[in-house]
Amino acid sequence: MTTIEQRDNYPKSAAEFTENVEKREKIGKVFEILFLLGLLLGLFVLALLLFDVLRDGLGRFLMPGFLTETPSRFPDRGGIRPAIVSSILLGIIVILTTVPIGVGAALYLEEYAPKTWWTAIIEINISNLAGVPSIVYGLLGLGVFNYLLGFGPTLISGALTLSLLSLPVIIVTAREAIRAVPDSLRYASYGLGVTKWQTISHHVIPYAVPGILTGVIISVSRAIGDAASLIVVGAVAFLTFNPGLFNRFMALPIQIYSYITRPEPGFANAAAATIIVLIILVLALNGMAIYIRQRFYY
Amino acid sequence: MTNINPENIFLSNSITSLEKHPSEDLPDTIVRIILFACALVSVLTTFGIVLIIFQVTFEFFQKISLAQFFLDTKWTPLFAEQHFGIWPLINGTFLTTTIAMMVAIPLGLSSAIYLSEYAPPQLAATLRPAVELLAGIPTVVYGYFALLFVTPLLRNIIPLEIFNALSAGLMMGVMITPTVGSISLDAIRSVPPSLREGAYALGITKLEAIFKVVLPAALSGITAAIVLGISRAVGETMTVLIAAGQQPKLTVNFAESVETMTAYMAQISGGDSPRGSLNFQTLYAVGAVLFLITLGLNIISHWVSNRFKEKYE
Amino acid sequence: MAYYHSKNRLDTKAEQQNNVVFDVEGVKVYYDGFLALLDVYLKIPEKQITAFIGPSGCGKSTLLRCFNRMNDLIPKAKVEGRLYYRDRNIYDPKINSVKLRRQVGMVFQRPNPFPKSIYENIAFGPRANGYKGNMDELVEDSLRRAAIWDEVKDKLKAKGTALSGGQQQRLCIARAIAMKPDVLLMDEPCSALDPISTRQVEELCLELKEQYTIIMVTHNMQQASRIADWTAFFNTEIDEHGKRRGKLVEFSPTEQMFSSPTTKEAEEYISGRFG
Repeated sequence: MTTIEQRDNYPKSAAEFTENVEKREKIGKVFEILFLLGLLLGLFVLALLLFDVLRDGLGRFLMPGFLTETPSRFPDRGGIRPAIVSSILLGIIVILTTVPIGVGAALYLEEYAPKTWWTAIIEINISNLAGVPSIVYGLLGLGVFNYLLGFGPTLISGALTLSLLSLPVIIVTAREAIRAVPDSLRYASYGLGVTKWQTISHHVIPYAVPGILTGVIISVSRAIGDAASLIVVGAVAFLTFNPGLFNRFMALPIQIYSYITRPEPGFANAAAATIIVLIILVLALNGMAIYIRQRFYY
Repeated sequence: MTNINPENIFLSNSITSLEKHPSEDLPDTIVRIILFACALVSVLTTFGIVLIIFQVTFEFFQKISLAQFFLDTKWTPLFAEQHFGIWPLINGTFLTTTIAMMVAIPLGLSSAIYLSEYAPPQLAATLRPAVELLAGIPTVVYGYFALLFVTPLLRNIIPLEIFNALSAGLMMGVMITPTVGSISLDAIRSVPPSLREGAYALGITKLEAIFKVVLPAALSGITAAIVLGISRAVGETMTVLIAAGQQPKLTVNFAESVETMTAYMAQISGGDSPRGSLNFQTLYAVGAVLFLITLGLNIISHWVSNRFKEKYE
Repeated sequence: MAYYHSKNRLDTKAEQQNNVVFDVEGVKVYYDGFLALLDVYLKIPEKQITAFIGPSGCGKSTLLRCFNRMNDLIPKAKVEGRLYYRDRNIYDPKINSVKLRRQVGMVFQRPNPFPKSIYENIAFGPRANGYKGNMDELVEDSLRRAAIWDEVKDKLKAKGTALSGGQQQRLCIARAIAMKPDVLLMDEPCSALDPISTRQVEELCLELKEQYTIIMVTHNMQQASRIADWTAFFNTEIDEHGKRRGKLVEFSPTEQMFSSPTTKEAEEYISGRFG
């Protein structure tokens, strides 16, 4: 490093400060690499996880009948059809209940609610509910659907519990989608002498549909993957028939858990194979959400 | 009365038709009521949770004193000699959560810092699907991975029980990293560029700017992210149920098996305790403690992040 | 029709020559608790173009929005006073504002066609209001009157938002006309348009005034002098708290406003801008 010639009127301090810049920059580079490693590590674990699941489960997954048969006592025979059917039924019921109620609540809060204290309470309430653990929703479902309404540990209880679980997130995403509708659109509609509900149903909702849809898909994806609440509501670990609304039921994550808890060697593979099915489902749903987001941004 | 517009087909040719007619408002009023009812569902949900949990918990505390619950150090409701001290369960939750945050905070923050300060802007957008996938994987899968891959792997290096807090905690950490990371990323991105420019203009390196200017400015948002991550770890069930074990004990030894509050709740639900029995009621008592802890954490997280928003608005 | 004694008889001439469509009786507007527009007394003549001019913040758009009660949609705005539309006070609680807007249409500053087809843009209003006649005819008629039919007749299914700025604004005019209103309120309709589209819209207005009463807010004085029959000049003033508010200063036939305005304020404004 060359020394800077000291002249009488040259500020000394500048010379003092420039000393260790290179060292500091080297440290900076080290940290940059560390940060990158942090980012990559998470992705690496994900890749490892997927690889492991495929390795353990692909063989069992590809065995014929895995998707279409009912489970057996033996690890390498039978299939997971009841679990698949259960999960699909649960998903459908969740969508059918949460979309009207969730979008309705979001519309109320965004378009109709006055700025009073009780509106604020509703809003705080919803954001707190979004953070309640799913197993606590199971407690609620057990009390209300199983016992109070008398449905017992059946599929409808499980579905409604999952609906309550998904509702807060749908309300929040739907609100954001509705808020994103430009006011100029509403003014144009009102200016034509059209009522509030006509404006909302013909203009606001159609415009907000892609955003709402994305929220619904992501919510349902989470609901399908949840096991904790269903365990509390009384899902069974072994089911030999396709359940109806008022039967005992199960779901894909429950099936996975059930396989994992069985000590006989082959069941781990069955668990991995079921995981493959579940991940495919989750990937498909998330993929749809991403596609909608790309395609439909005005 | 002059004729308004001879072509106006919507009018009955009289201005008095501008007046309100009672039945006209009806559709809009009905809609408003229906939508309000939808919004009320959320309020009812909270009421439901609070009512049901605390009603059964109240019954529980008719039989078990508060002293027993909070002062006993053993939790053995299913054994012949019954103890009802909650601390072993809280300990299990605390231990696994701590391990999880020791993974999630460094990984999440590093990712957030790298993506906002170093990476080309496209990288964040490209990685987004992968991150969403990570966040969307059902928690059973992390449990599977912890028990059947991580534990055997780690046992080659350190002595571990088959069910242990470490594997479960590590996988929970990976699971929560996207949450901590993305909220921190938002917080860091919200730091005004003028702040960074001011720092650089003083001639400090990028790293120093990050540690001395950007991160402190984003601290509230990052804290909120961390608190939210803790809340999720506390409430997580399947990962710990599968991999951490079902032996409640007071220990900091992560190589042992422990039981968390959530795992106990799942265990009791799957069992045969009849409704109304004391064992059944423990489900709700533990649930009450869990609910209060996560509620407290969520409130803290919101409060912290609101303070953050005030600063920059 | 009853007569009302106005405070400032600025509009006697208008009243004498034409029918009065709007009679503004001491309307004032508060915004967020502060008085934003001082009491206005004004009579708007039928089937003429009345222009509102003045510097920004003088309340001309605020007043315009009173005529179709669009201010109702802005929570912070509060309107007091009486505004008579052909002998009914439209701020009477018994009046249904939705019905009012069927007869008093509006075109906005930034063209805001619906993200639907051109056909749907025009058809939406009438259909929502129960129009049972031939919709195709109504759509074509409206587009013709708005002087845009030839440009879009082959692409009625195309999205309204895919048109150019000037076309979008004419589409919005067609949409407003489809409701067969009595009055057209235009809030700086040309400010987002290029000069050629501006000219087209201005010529359109001159045709439209044979059927509709037009009130137009404009920041462009030349525009007012070109097409308006009557001009109302608004200005701002500072109140005792130091806050700015708007007021109506003068209302005269356009020719008079631009050659020899009655008030000094108007004269200063006009000569300042022109000279």
